[in-house]
Amino acid sequence: MVSLIAADLRYNKLENGRAILDTLVAPVIWVADIPARLVEWQDTHIRSRGRLLEDNGRLQRENLLLQGRSLQMASLQAENTRLRGLLNSTAMLRNDVLVAELIGVSPDPMRHQLVLNKGSTEGVYVGQPLIDADGLMGQVVEVGEVTSRVLLLTDLTHSVPVQVNRNGVRAIAEGTGSLDALEVQHISATTDIREGDLLVSSGLGGRFPVGYPIAEVVLVQRDPGQAFARVLARPTAALNRSRHVLLVFTNATEEAAPTQDLP
Amino acid sequence: MTAGNGVVFTVVVASFLVAALLAVVPLPEWLQWARPEWVALTLLYWCLALPHRVGIFTALLLGVLVDALEGAVLGQNAFSLTVLALCALLVYQRLRVFSLWQQCGVVFVVIGLHQLIGQWVQNLEGAGARSLLFLLPALSSALLWPVVLQVLRSVRRYYRIA
Repeated sequence: MVSLIAADLRYNKLENGRAILDTLVAPVIWVADIPARLVEWQDTHIRSRGRLLEDNGRLQRENLLLQGRSLQMASLQAENTRLRGLLNSTAMLRNDVLVAELIGVSPDPMRHQLVLNKGSTEGVYVGQPLIDADGLMGQVVEVGEVTSRVLLLTDLTHSVPVQVNRNGVRAIAEGTGSLDALEVQHISATTDIREGDLLVSSGLGGRFPVGYPIAEVVLVQRDPGQAFARVLARPTAALNRSRHVLLVFTNATEEAAPTQDLP
Repeated sequence: MTAGNGVVFTVVVASFLVAALLAVVPLPEWLQWARPEWVALTLLYWCLALPHRVGIFTALLLGVLVDALEGAVLGQNAFSLTVLALCALLVYQRLRVFSLWQQCGVVFVVIGLHQLIGQWVQNLEGAGARSLLFLLPALSSALLWPVVLQVLRSVRRYYRIA
């Protein structure tokens, strides 16, 4: 028993075994999700005409707004590519996404994990980033045949490399075990970081793609007695509300994929 | 006349499946810390009722599945459920003649032990709880023990399992 715990905790020897077990218990999670799905079904199928009209109007307004904003996108993108070419840096790559649905959350309040309805058959891999409409949510830690398990940014054991969007200051944001707070570590008292700053993923470490919003700084405490300032940030993604999420396929792995298929 | 092995196996497995479902059904946030340990309670009942059939090996197997279900370190629940089954098997003869509230007290202690072992393993991982709230399931489980006992007992009697 002790060796089982040690093998899983220290050496990651049991990944295949875990994948099999995950596939085995997937039906239980699927059944446990039925009530939530019924509520969603009722929400989409049984609706008053008035609410549908209202929703339609709101969505049309939103669409117009977003289209207006993306008008200049093409020219800006071209300009960006040209400038990057001038700077001799590599071109920004667009990432592919896969829409997944949340089918379970960890029953243990100290473990911020989600279960998604996509697994290795859809090409999900360990370490894959997960986003929702508002920002980065976490990364995949286990992949079963038809489900996968995601570790959220706010889990105690999770850290993510970030940078301040305003001036590019780099830092590490650690989970605190509370769904609405990340702690930014090792910020010296003189670092230029303010409340209201947006933290985006820095792409260092090679796991998360660059530039996804992660959190907004809500508290900066500079105590002269301490070596570092205490900085708390609130994740931008709706970690406890999003039901539909996106799995991002980063290009590095797409390039690596064909070599894996070779014998 | 008592039921055959097949019926016993089916009923026990079905009860564990229901317990596993209850263990992962989403709860509102304020209830999350107090989620009763359904699987542990069910295991406890079967250890008391059928100590010659359900025991440490069942607990080990069940624990590994619960670990996979909850995304815990493999072996966490296997360890704590095995200890729980061991405790139950050591005292089942005494427990059977206890009054209901005395049984609740014992359930509180063994589920508390189960939670402590779970915390201990989680701390190795760096994901331990920061407060004593993790002991709340012991209380809620003890309070729900009479219900679990009644339901599983009537199921057992209906299928004439002994």
